[in-house]
Amino acid sequence: MGTGAPGTIELLYWEGCPSHPQAREELGKALRELGHADADIAMRRVETEEEAAQLGFCGSPTIRVGGADPLPPPPGEPTGLTCRIYWTAAGRPSPTPDPELLRAALARLIGTQAKEPNA
Amino acid sequence: MTITLGETVTDFTLDDTDGVPVPLQSDAAATVVVFTCNHCPYALQWHDRINAVARDHADAGVRMLQISSNDAERYPRDAPAAMAARVRAGEFAGPYLYDATQEVARAWGARVTPDVFVLGGDLRLAYRGAPDADHRNESLNAGWLRAALDAVLAGRPVEEPVTKPVGCSIKWK
Repeated sequence: MGTGAPGTIELLYWEGCPSHPQAREELGKALRELGHADADIAMRRVETEEEAAQLGFCGSPTIRVGGADPLPPPPGEPTGLTCRIYWTAAGRPSPTPDPELLRAALARLIGTQAKEPNA
Repeated sequence: MTITLGETVTDFTLDDTDGVPVPLQSDAAATVVVFTCNHCPYALQWHDRINAVARDHADAGVRMLQISSNDAERYPRDAPAAMAARVRAGEFAGPYLYDATQEVARAWGARVTPDVFVLGGDLRLAYRGAPDADHRNESLNAGWLRAALDAVLAGRPVEEPVTKPVGCSIKWK
């Protein structure tokens, strides 16, 4: 991974999948709820299979916080230009992260990063 | 190319997951054709709702054919073996067909998965679009598809015959 500096929030997406606007909205909502209303979300379009492989992009949308995926895909998940499958807390497939799971994962990541300057 | 409302659709015969040729032509009162696949979260999220429609309308003479047209080389989750595994697991309420050449998807103008087409007994297109208004809301119960089928079976025009199909793009070769 490692697509951005610590603290950088990125939303990687592929135009062939329509889920990124919803993901953008829900990511912003989660950040606001965590007290990061001013956080910038960098939208990064992935356009080729080669780029997907280089970025470790397993499908659209993919969120990165400081280069880390808050809801990492299973080990060995292939990269590619596709819609990514997320799973809700209830075990249902979804084209976007479960908002509750995303918020909890972001809270863990952002909390960890807040301690890094003293590390 | 695409099919317009009221037009007789392009005929096809495709193999199911056992390699048995399945023709579109039949004596069904109505036929639902759904372009779908294994790897798309939209198709998966709507899948149970769509197949519930098939089960609920089987006694009314409705036939449902589900087709995967995706490039299975680039998307191995859509390979015939993976399709067959889902059929064996009982996930489909009708044949799951493989459009290996993608000719059917191109002839029908299918764009995404799922993309739903409802045909009358004369194989004229009566509805094309999404199963319902929101892939996330299971309570919608594939309402647009159900309304279209109810109209076709009653010999009435479909009130909202075209909606925007929403899902993953078909993976062309």
